[in-house]
Amino acid sequence: MGVGGWPRFVAVRLGGAAVSLGLVLISAFFIFRVLGGDPVSAMTRDVPATPEQKRQLRHQLGLDDSLAQQFATYVKGVFSGQLGQSYQYRRPVADLIVDRLGATVLLTGTALVLSAGLGLWIGTRAGWRSGSRFDKTHVGVSLALWSAPTFWLGLIMLVVFGRLLGWFPINGMRSPRTADGWWPQTLDIAHHLVLPAVTMAAVIYAQYVLIMRASILEQRGEEYLVTARAKGLTDAAVLRRHAVPNALLPTVTLVFMQLGAVVSGAILTETVFSWPGLGQLAYEALKVPDIPLLQGTFVFFSAAVIIANTCADIAYRILDPRVRTS
Amino acid sequence: MTATAIRWAHRRTRAADAWRQYRAQRAGMAGLIVLAAVTILAIAAPLVADADSLDPTQAPGHRFEPPGARFWLGTDDVGRSVLTLTIYGARMSLLVGVTATVLSVLIGAVVGLVAGHFARATGWVLMRLTDWFLVLPQLVLAIALAVMLGPSAATIIIAIALTSWASTARLVRSATLAVESRGYLERARALGGGHWHLITRHVTGAVAPLIFASATLQVASAILAEATLSFLGLGDPAVVSWGTILSHANDSGAVSYGAWWYVIPPGVLIVAVVAAFTLCGRAVEAIVNPRLREAR
Repeated sequence: MGVGGWPRFVAVRLGGAAVSLGLVLISAFFIFRVLGGDPVSAMTRDVPATPEQKRQLRHQLGLDDSLAQQFATYVKGVFSGQLGQSYQYRRPVADLIVDRLGATVLLTGTALVLSAGLGLWIGTRAGWRSGSRFDKTHVGVSLALWSAPTFWLGLIMLVVFGRLLGWFPINGMRSPRTADGWWPQTLDIAHHLVLPAVTMAAVIYAQYVLIMRASILEQRGEEYLVTARAKGLTDAAVLRRHAVPNALLPTVTLVFMQLGAVVSGAILTETVFSWPGLGQLAYEALKVPDIPLLQGTFVFFSAAVIIANTCADIAYRILDPRVRTS
Repeated sequence: MTATAIRWAHRRTRAADAWRQYRAQRAGMAGLIVLAAVTILAIAAPLVADADSLDPTQAPGHRFEPPGARFWLGTDDVGRSVLTLTIYGARMSLLVGVTATVLSVLIGAVVGLVAGHFARATGWVLMRLTDWFLVLPQLVLAIALAVMLGPSAATIIIAIALTSWASTARLVRSATLAVESRGYLERARALGGGHWHLITRHVTGAVAPLIFASATLQVASAILAEATLSFLGLGDPAVVSWGTILSHANDSGAVSYGAWWYVIPPGVLIVAVVAAFTLCGRAVEAIVNPRLREAR
């Protein structure tokens, strides 16, 4: 490790993350407070209000203060977990986010496990035998999936498997008429989960295949593989014990760089399938538009991605002894 | 021969050379043919389909007619031909995709050139900003911008450009750094060339092919982004694009009706055009960056 070693590296990374999070707050404040104009006229658009009422509302919301003061109040609010009050739900935004978090974690978790498992496996095989029929087919399929809008895949899934074949429910996460008890409820949720999870997985899957394939291709020319073969290892063992572990490292970084794509996948999938998660919450917020709620989901999603990225970055140094400098 | 004539002759040879290399790549040619076909269709739309029938009050058919002899791809919820909608949709989708890309690449190229040329404090600050934009979930930022600016085609173009320039900036910066360390730049600097002269006369030309390759790839994601934002209802609802068609399909209950003909055509065209731009971009990239050629 270079000057300062581990503590220094971790401190620099955490400092960087803190600056990024600060930028998120500043941009949220700028986009929603400055760019959006007067929130009072937005709130009173459908309800007639006297100038006196408007003035009172403005005072209540703290809009009389200078922009700097408003920003300070805003930051203080975010750190004490207060993200404002949703217009349409008339509930604190923070509570709504906590309520919806579980459904999103379930959906994205399932989709990530599905797509990473299958994608890395297919990508490895395609890269190892590049130019083969298998490789060409899977690169073609991945390119097509990558080119398809998530919401369109979802609509097709709904029409074909939900409507025409009738195998799966077409919206939501639970049916109201399911019997009580752990098993029936879990099976019901799993039944609802199939189509959204497959849709979301299909789009992320394509990225994993292409990234892993390129990574394996890069490793294939390396001399340590020649050594491994010269030792008399079988082709499969060379791949499994030598090429894959080395190809996985850059892949993991790139996969974390793509977390933003996972967030957009969640928003679109949840919108199409009415899955009651954070993505659908963001969609409901933009339809109204419910500014505090939209701002809350913006801050939450951005912060989640930045924190996950920082963790991945630190984990990467632990996993890869070759990386020495920060 | 004058200096200008020599320069143009040189450019012609280089262009012919690049075209020869491009033609050798089958996937790139396939992409180019698809793009040419869709572009011609978009330009010639008034010749093959009647624009008046796009007005919901003058819809020629009935609600959700399946594909048949009169409407090859069926009708939508108000009786308009899905084929006509899809053909006209190509215009807006391509226009927004290309315009947003030009704007995004322009921002990215300027930031990248400046960050690469003034590599010290300015470059450092610009790159931290670029990294921040790279990490941030693009769609979330684009939604926030589009909502606050109000629904219109211009809003979508701005939202896409502001959220997608960062990768171009990174690429252009590293290419600028590589070019700046070359001998001829040192010579130009020694002769007293100012920053403006160095950037416009020497660096930009050397970096341009790379910018072009990345722009081609970026049109693909811009078209996807346009479709996505329009689908979420952030585009101008009166304008027909592939995204707004799918948005209408979703809102009008095409799914519960089982009207697959309303959903499939615009999506197939999005996939075809996005894949075509990706294939073209990869082919251009392979010419610009020979290191990639073997790997593909």
